[in-house]
Amino acid sequence: MIARDRNPYLPYPVRIEEIITETGDHSLKTFKLVFLDPADEARFAFLPGQFAEISVAGKGEIPIGIASSPTEKGYLLFTVQKMGVVTSHLHSMRPGDRLGLRGPLGNWYPWERMEGRNVVIIGGGCAFSTLRSSIVYMTDPSRRPKFKRLTAVYGARCLSLLLYSDRLDEWKGEKSGIDMHVTVDAMQESEPRTPRWQCHVGFVPAVVKEKIKDPTDAIVILCGPPAMLKFTLPVLKEAGFADGQIYLSLENRMKCGIGMCGRCNVGGKLVCKDGPVFSLAELGELPRET
Amino acid sequence: MRTRYYERDAFPPAVAELRRAYRVFVPVRRGDFHAFAEWDDSVRPDFDYRKTRVPPKGLVFPQSERLLVFSTDERDPEHDILREAPKDFPPQAVVGIRPYDAMAFRVLEVNFDTPEVRDPWWLRRREATTLIGLARADEDATMFRTENYAGPFDERGLDVIVYDLGRGYLAKALGEKGEAALAAMGGDEPAADALREVEERIARAATPELPAGRLRAQPAAPELPTGRLRAQPVVPLFEAEFWDEVAAPCLNCGVCTFLCPTCWCFDIQDEVRKQEGDRIRNWDSCMFPLYTLHASGHNPRGKKTQRVRNRFMHKLKYYLDKYDRGVMCVGCGRCVEACPVNIDIREVAARMNGFGEQVERHDR
Repeated sequence: MIARDRNPYLPYPVRIEEIITETGDHSLKTFKLVFLDPADEARFAFLPGQFAEISVAGKGEIPIGIASSPTEKGYLLFTVQKMGVVTSHLHSMRPGDRLGLRGPLGNWYPWERMEGRNVVIIGGGCAFSTLRSSIVYMTDPSRRPKFKRLTAVYGARCLSLLLYSDRLDEWKGEKSGIDMHVTVDAMQESEPRTPRWQCHVGFVPAVVKEKIKDPTDAIVILCGPPAMLKFTLPVLKEAGFADGQIYLSLENRMKCGIGMCGRCNVGGKLVCKDGPVFSLAELGELPRET
Repeated sequence: MRTRYYERDAFPPAVAELRRAYRVFVPVRRGDFHAFAEWDDSVRPDFDYRKTRVPPKGLVFPQSERLLVFSTDERDPEHDILREAPKDFPPQAVVGIRPYDAMAFRVLEVNFDTPEVRDPWWLRRREATTLIGLARADEDATMFRTENYAGPFDERGLDVIVYDLGRGYLAKALGEKGEAALAAMGGDEPAADALREVEERIARAATPELPAGRLRAQPAAPELPTGRLRAQPVVPLFEAEFWDEVAAPCLNCGVCTFLCPTCWCFDIQDEVRKQEGDRIRNWDSCMFPLYTLHASGHNPRGKKTQRVRNRFMHKLKYYLDKYDRGVMCVGCGRCVEACPVNIDIREVAARMNGFGEQVERHDR
């Protein structure tokens, strides 16, 4: 959260340290950002699930989920899809260029509730970023004992669109501390890379149905495109997960990110300030307008 | 508590005294309408006005405001680093503001001054502002009362209330800011029980014994029907069938939001001239599709009905539920007056308020 006495519109200056092109179609890049003033890093204390407004001077701001974990020190990661004015410009920038960063903003996945429980992580497409943050956070040796069984299902349309390939190799390893299931909608004939590990072929809901069967003492956090949510939620409910056990991360158009400009509301809740993370039980009490 | 009396002709000169210590904003005639303008030698205040077309909201929350500045010149060591636009916040007095417009600032403040974050520009400008209100029973037919507007003598949002008595004005300070402003205005000590007499007459205004006039509206503006809204469950109200009918004539012109003293939505845009950039905040409107359009093309409120519904639900339900300080409306009637297709918040409030009842009546 931003300190109350700080001007919440004033970004911290940051430098692009590294740019990683994540996907074969170049539509997704991960930006590794470093604070110009190292003291700002402590002011930016966050938990996985939160987001920040990335500021490109002269172009504007965009709300992007934080992809790195608080356990990764010295830098922040943001995975950005090339889509509008600001993101397109961002994709043309180079290491060394300066950006602004406002945050951390919004709430986070329910870490207090997740401690001591089984955690299921379900993600699809480019929405996997805050879930990457969560998995790195939970599998960090200092924090892994706080959680029981960790299971993840992550899907993309094809192999070349999977994010974080270096981390996937690690999470698929035997000592990763997480049971990781990766799936692609279809296997292309000319995949640029062949994973060393087994990859499912099929949609996320089908893999969830096969692998996520035990709702006992479990919390599910999920983030993905609307179609994935639409077909995955019934599968979870059928498996016996209650609405209060399922947490989703929403997105909406935002400007201020601090609950003032008004546009990101769903009913009386603001996605930027009351969210982006809501339990399915909370969403059930809100008007359907996403 | 300081009170002062001014003969009718002595009031404008007393207000002019404020210009020594404040930027003074007063109602002035602009064509067919009135507007608040800074009192310099080119304007003439008109304290007999009834309502400005655009509310004085912008004196604290400007329609367009530079927030941050930056340079994009890479030779500048500070290039691409945003910093606060230098500005000062001199004391300003809004003289002749009506009680509904003053109450609007109280409605707005919960959005800009929150337990978690505070908008620095709103706070500093609001702190620098003294509201000197004009109290006269001249509500027009578009006006109404809400929890946030108890009528033309509602002093809750004011620092000074000035009663228009016809032959003169009686001013009463309400708090420290008001004391300071009245001290600066000078004026005469009123007769010993002048204030008590005025307040008693206002209290009696509901009874027929007082003739209609500056202290008694005839007829008094009605209450906005919102009494049952608090208990209405939000989802059925949201899904009510009447929204399509309410929204059908709407042209998406946005005038209801532009003229509303309690609307606070804004947009933030960057502008660069040569290599000097500004980050600017502009009023925005929930009536426009672009307001919620995602970069992906998805729009959660792409349809007109969704936007009209959100506006009324925000004003009359979400705000009420969230802050527990009444509805987000001060009854000024500007939206009623200006809407080109006669969408009337009083009718919409009645439909929302009566929503459950209607169902019951049909059942019988």
